[in-house]
Amino acid sequence: MASTKLDHKKRPIVVVTGMGIVTALGTGKQDNWSALTAGRSGIDRIKRFATDNLRTKIAGQINFIDNGEYCASTMCYNLAVLAVEEAITQSAIGSRTDFPGPLFCAVPPFEVEWPLRIKVAHAYSGSNAPSENLFASLAASAEAGDWRDEFTNAQRESVAERLADTFSVRGQPISVSTACASGASAIHFGVEAIRRGECDAALCVGSDASVNPEAIVRFSLLSALTTRNDPPQAASRPFSRDRDGFVMGEGSAALIVESLQSATARGANILGVLQGCGQRADSFHRTRSNPDGAAIISALTNAFNDAGLAPSEIDYINPHGTGTPENDKMEYISLLEVFGDNLKDVPVSSNKSMIGHTLSAAGAIEAVFSLLTIQNGTLPPTINYNIPDPEILLDVVPNKSRNKQVERVLSNSFGFGGQNISLVLCAEPV
Amino acid sequence: MSKNTRALITGIGLVSSLGIGVDAHRKKLSQGSIIPITEMIEGVSYPVHPLCNIDYEQQIPRRGDRRQMGDWQLLGTFAAGLALEDAGLAADGDAKSRTHLLVAAGTGVRDQESDQAIINQVVNLPNDGPLLNQLLMDTLRPTLFLTQLANLLAGNISIVHGVTGSSSSLMGAEMAGVSVVENAVNRIQSGDADLFLVGGSFVASPDHLLSLIAMKLAWKGEFLPISQREAKGGGALFGSVGAFLLIESSAHAEARGATAYAAIREVNSGNGVNRSIREVVKRLMGTGATDRLLVMSGATGIEPQTSEEKLVLEYLGIAVKDLQVRSYSNILGLSSEAHFPAGVALAAIAAHHAEPYVPFDISEFEQPTNEVADQMLVTTSGQWRGAGAALLDRIE
Repeated sequence: MASTKLDHKKRPIVVVTGMGIVTALGTGKQDNWSALTAGRSGIDRIKRFATDNLRTKIAGQINFIDNGEYCASTMCYNLAVLAVEEAITQSAIGSRTDFPGPLFCAVPPFEVEWPLRIKVAHAYSGSNAPSENLFASLAASAEAGDWRDEFTNAQRESVAERLADTFSVRGQPISVSTACASGASAIHFGVEAIRRGECDAALCVGSDASVNPEAIVRFSLLSALTTRNDPPQAASRPFSRDRDGFVMGEGSAALIVESLQSATARGANILGVLQGCGQRADSFHRTRSNPDGAAIISALTNAFNDAGLAPSEIDYINPHGTGTPENDKMEYISLLEVFGDNLKDVPVSSNKSMIGHTLSAAGAIEAVFSLLTIQNGTLPPTINYNIPDPEILLDVVPNKSRNKQVERVLSNSFGFGGQNISLVLCAEPV
Repeated sequence: MSKNTRALITGIGLVSSLGIGVDAHRKKLSQGSIIPITEMIEGVSYPVHPLCNIDYEQQIPRRGDRRQMGDWQLLGTFAAGLALEDAGLAADGDAKSRTHLLVAAGTGVRDQESDQAIINQVVNLPNDGPLLNQLLMDTLRPTLFLTQLANLLAGNISIVHGVTGSSSSLMGAEMAGVSVVENAVNRIQSGDADLFLVGGSFVASPDHLLSLIAMKLAWKGEFLPISQREAKGGGALFGSVGAFLLIESSAHAEARGATAYAAIREVNSGNGVNRSIREVVKRLMGTGATDRLLVMSGATGIEPQTSEEKLVLEYLGIAVKDLQVRSYSNILGLSSEAHFPAGVALAAIAAHHAEPYVPFDISEFEQPTNEVADQMLVTTSGQWRGAGAALLDRIE
C-alpha cells in the first residue's frame, strides 16, 4: 500500500491540500475564479500615487485592501497573510497560528524606498545646514531618530520572517528570489523538501506589491512595460501581434504542499498533484533568452522527466505569457520544439492578460489558477486577443472562457537572469 | 533521509580585506599575529573591513560583462570563478552545465550620486510625486536596475562562467548564506544532484551601512575586538567579502579524482519555532561530537546574539575536551550573505592544511594551539533573526 504513495522515481508523491489567492481581481479563490473566467480585467489607472511624467500609468493594483501608507514589504506581508489564511483554512492543517512545516516565500528584492529615504533626509535637513555628503547626513539622521521598524521592514527577509512569526512555521523561513520565476521556485523548494523526507507539509507563498514609481521607471527603462494606457483593461495583450510589453500586477498566492501519505492519513481533501518540476539556467544574456530556446526547452524537458510524463499527455498550458514581444515569441518557439505538431491542439491561455504580471508572485498565483482550471473544467481566456500574431500559432482560448475538462497542466515561469522553471500539475497521481 | 552520500567541499573562492584566494588567507591566518584591516567610511565615524584590490579581469575577462555589474556582482562573480578554478572545473563545460547555483543574494549597491542628486531636489518637497517621477526618469539608467536585482549575481555567474544546471537565489543576509549551504548539502546527501556552486558576496557600502545604523546594530568609532564590544553596547562592523564553495558528492569527486578540503556532515538552521544559536548547536552536536573541535564562531558583536554565542562556547568548553575557538567576524567583519560561506571556507581550509590558525581575537576562548581539530563547527547568527551552524569533518 505504501508504495502507491511514491512516484515513478520512488519519491513521496506531493499533493496540494490548500490554496489561497489575492489579485487585482479580488480576494479569495471564488472571486478570482469567477472574474478570471468571465474575462474581466483587473488592470486600471494607478491611483495610489501620481503618475505624471511616467510613461506607464496603469497596473493591476490592489486598492480594495487598506494597507496604510504604502511600503512594498508591508503590503506584500498583508497580501500574503490573506492568501495563507485561506490556504490553511482549506487544508485544515495545523491551525491559523500554527503551521506544522517550513515556509518557502517568493518576494521581490526589497530595499529602502524613496518615501523612507526622503523622510530620513528631511528629518536631517529640518535641523541642520545642507550637507555636501548625502550619506553623512542620512547617517546622522538615522542615528538620531528611531527608524528601527521602518528599516527592519525594508530588509529582504522581513516578509518571510513576519509570516514565520504569524503562522509559527518550522525552521528557518526561506526568501526566494529568482525574478519573475520566484513563485514557481518557492513551490519547487517545497516539493523537494517533501520528497527528501524533511517534512510532511510545506507552505509555499508568492507575494508581490512592487508597483511604485521607481519600479515602473526601472522596467520602463528596459522597455519591458506597455505604454498603452487607454483603456487600461485592453493593455495586456499576450500572444497578440500588437503586444508591446507587460503590465505590472500585485498579488499573492499560497499553496499548502503535502506528501500524499500525510494528506491521506489525516483525511485531507486533495486539490491536485505537483507531479513534476524542471529548471534550467540560461547563460546567454541578462534580460533575454538564448534565441535557440535551449534553456527553456531544457527546463520543459526536465519537468516532464521529473513528472514521468510525455508532452503529449499535457491537456492545457498556463504559460508565462507576459505580453512582451520577446517572451511570447521565445515561449512559443520552445513549446513548439518540445510539443511538436501537437502544440496547436493544446489550449494555452495567459492569466496575465487580466491580472497583469505579478512578478515574484506570478508562479504561485498561476499554479493556483492552473489547479482551479483542473478543478472547475473551465479554461480561462486570454483577453484582448484581437490581432493574432501570425508567427505564434497557438490556441490561446481567445477572449472567452471555454468548458473543457483537463487533467494535466504545464505552468511556465521565466525571469531575468536566465531563470526558467516549469511545473507539471495533475488532477491525480500519474 | 538516506545519507549514504557525503557532501565534500572541493573548491573554495574567498576574497576579503585579507586578500584573494585560499593561500593568501591561509598564510595570513596561520602566522604571527593578526591585525584586522579596517577603514572609516567617508564622512562618518563608522569603520568597515574594506575590500582588497582586485583585478576583476582575471575572472571576468570581457569588459562588456564587467560594465553590466555592480560591485557586489563583480565580487561574487570573481569569487565564484575562483571556486570553480580551485575545484579544477573552470574549463569543464560539461560539469558546469550540470552544476546547480545556489546564491545568497542581497540587493545591489545604489548609485550614491544619482540618489544624492534626487534627494537634494525633493528633500523639502516630500509630497511632490510628479517631481520625483521626473527625476527618476531623468536619473536612473537601465543598467542600474540590473546591478540591483538580487538574482542577477547568479545570472552573471551563469553568463560569465557557464554554470547552468539550475539557478536559485535566496535572500535574507546571513541566514540566506546558511540556507544555500544547507540546501546544497541536503540535496547531495539525498542523491538528488552531484555539483553545487554556493555562496554570496557583500560589499560594505554606504547604503547597507545606513540600514545597520538605523537598526541600531552598527559599531561606531575606532575598531575594537568583538570580545570587548559588549561592555560598550555591542555592534558590528561590515566587511566586504566574496565567498563561494564548490560542494560535490563524494562519488562524483572520487570519480574525477578531486581532492576535498573537508566534508560537511550537516547544516542546521533550526527545526522548530525556536531558532536560537543554542538550539541549533545542540541539534548539530547531537549528531556525534569529537574531542577535538574547532569552532569558527560567527558572532559579530551584535547583541544579544554575541552573548548568547558566548554561552554556547562556555557549554562546549565543558563538553569538549580540546576546544579551539576562532572568531572570524573579528577579521572579516559582518559580511551578510557571504558571512556563513566564508566561515565554512575558513574552517575547511584549516582542516585541509592541518595548520591551526593563530587567535583572531583577544578573548579567553581563543588560545594559540598546535593541535589540529577533527571537526569544525561553523556558527552564524542573523543580524536580527535566526541562527545557523555547520558541522564539518576533517578528511584524513
